[in-house]
Amino acid sequence: MNQKQIAITASGLTMKFGSLVAVDNVDLEIEKGTIYGFLGPNGSGKSTTIRMLCGLLTPSAGSATVMGMDTRKESESLKQRIGYMTQRFSLYEDLSVGENLKFISEIYAVPRRQRRKRVEELLDVFSLSDRVKQRSGTLSGGQKQRLALACATLHKPEILFLDEPTSAVDPQNRRDFWEALFELAEQGTTILVSTHYMDEAARCHSLAILDEGAKVADGSPRELGESITAHVVEIEAEDPNSARLCLLKEDSISSITQLGIKLRVMLPKSVDDPLALVDAKLEQAELKAKTEQVFPDLEDIFVAVTQKRREDES
Amino acid sequence: MNSLIRVLAVMRKEFLQMSRDRLTFGMIVGIPLIQLLLFGYAINTDVRNLSGAYVDEADTHLSRQLVADITASQVLVMKQRVASVTELQQLLDRGEISIGVAVPIDFDRRVIARERPAVQLLVDGADPIILGVAQQLAALPLRFDSQEAQPDRAPLMEVRNFYNPERRSAVNIVPGLIGVILTMTMVLFTAVAIVREKERGNLELLINTPIKTPELMLGKIFPYILIGLIQLALILTLGWYFFEVPIRGSLLHVLAAAMVFIAANLSLGLLVSTVASTQFQAMQMTFFFFLPSILISGFMFPFDGMPIVAQNIAEALPLTHFNRLVRGIILRGAEIQTMLDELLALVIFMVVTLTLAILRFKKRLD
Repeated sequence: MNQKQIAITASGLTMKFGSLVAVDNVDLEIEKGTIYGFLGPNGSGKSTTIRMLCGLLTPSAGSATVMGMDTRKESESLKQRIGYMTQRFSLYEDLSVGENLKFISEIYAVPRRQRRKRVEELLDVFSLSDRVKQRSGTLSGGQKQRLALACATLHKPEILFLDEPTSAVDPQNRRDFWEALFELAEQGTTILVSTHYMDEAARCHSLAILDEGAKVADGSPRELGESITAHVVEIEAEDPNSARLCLLKEDSISSITQLGIKLRVMLPKSVDDPLALVDAKLEQAELKAKTEQVFPDLEDIFVAVTQKRREDES
Repeated sequence: MNSLIRVLAVMRKEFLQMSRDRLTFGMIVGIPLIQLLLFGYAINTDVRNLSGAYVDEADTHLSRQLVADITASQVLVMKQRVASVTELQQLLDRGEISIGVAVPIDFDRRVIARERPAVQLLVDGADPIILGVAQQLAALPLRFDSQEAQPDRAPLMEVRNFYNPERRSAVNIVPGLIGVILTMTMVLFTAVAIVREKERGNLELLINTPIKTPELMLGKIFPYILIGLIQLALILTLGWYFFEVPIRGSLLHVLAAAMVFIAANLSLGLLVSTVASTQFQAMQMTFFFFLPSILISGFMFPFDGMPIVAQNIAEALPLTHFNRLVRGIILRGAEIQTMLDELLALVIFMVVTLTLAILRFKKRLD
């Protein structure tokens, strides 16, 4: 039997800061060698969950194992096997690129003979070779991020935790960055990455959607789309604003988002023929529009699951 | 082996950062230099050149001689001569003079009769040091040349000035300054060095590596021990050059005492860094500790003159013990073996603070 190997598990993981519940009863199961995403708005508990998994924070309740090791008891021996890239650039800005890498290689006690080779290898992979002598504080956002990833992967960790790694990076650099991540995953590294970019989340093998500390959905992007309890209709109207106002009056429509000249309308699964309903509404108001039912994207999924949770609560 | 690599890595990084941080680099040399010159010249308990004024209602040969004698003592600089005691008092009220000399009209008769004091000194007694000076002035001898000498009474007590025959304050101040400067720089530097990493986010990365707490702390402390020793050498050299402070004891003993004292202050700095979360807080805490150290350690005022409560508090400050050690060795040529209890006090302080620091510093964020 080809059993899938599990890198990270969590059950009932909870973190309370006083009366604030930052992470609420999160269960996780992350497969080895995959890229797993945490998608959620700011303050949804992504960073806190990552910090608990790294052993930086002690959970208020629940437990987690990383590579089979308990994050409460074995966090110290775990540190040699995981890499962590903080949300904020946390290398020494007053040291050069080369000095930072050398420092990290010594902290991880990479054997002396391999140290220089490994540093040069990383400089090459992350195209920082011409920046060796530059102070890292003067690097651009993309370069800083590449340096941080280089440092996080220097000791060849089995699991890589990336906390919003691309928040200060332009689109081209983001693309390159993800290429590097896929390469690492291919070599067997498990990667857990948090983000609030939908396009990044869509690249993950599977992901969890977090909202106010709770996991509201998980699975691969495809699975999430199929499981969604809503229809999505895309409308290309001549006058999107009037169309929007007209559709707002319809109670069965749960959300309307405008994307340029297009409107994205979400209707609950209970509606049998969403396309007909929208067409009828628009015709009533004598508005010309092209409508089409589409496969939900991650943003739709995100809106649907968070909305559902709020409704369940109230 | 891996531990050693990590400690060395932290040390090397610390030196690199220090060499690039011009402000810190400047402070290493600047603080001792400026404080030594400032305190060395400014703190002077051997008071001279106080402003004074006098009224001479007698205006005789003898009264003029008295004023000349007082002026010659250099204790008072006679700013002006006024017409009445009332004017003298006004000058005193306005703070223009510290001591006023009032010679009454029957001065000569009083000197001969010796029944009543012949001269009155009006003193701004708010400052006890000035009062002390006035009391010395009051002992000034004066009589007519023709007057029969008083029966030669030997004074009850005689003062023999050991260790500082020229009565120079710098001799006492400079060794004391070693401790003051080291307290300030050592506590502050270590505290800030770690809190800075917290503030800049470096620590979040570091605690996620296999580095162990003692490795990190040792790597952070060692570079500053070296800096402390550089400062020590600087102060001793400058003290000898500018103020001619002799080193009567063994230099090796000074070094030994300083090492223990530096280590004690560094551990305190580490403890501060585990409590403070910003560099500003670290600075405030350092000064909270630094001020009493200066005031009640015996650096400023004689230790035995303080109330018992203050003395007890002072015993808990490393500077108190270091001052005794270093003044003993430098000024009295004492052997360090004769003051082992002072050394022990420093060691106890270090062990307690270092233990607390290591216990408090967690490789976790909560």
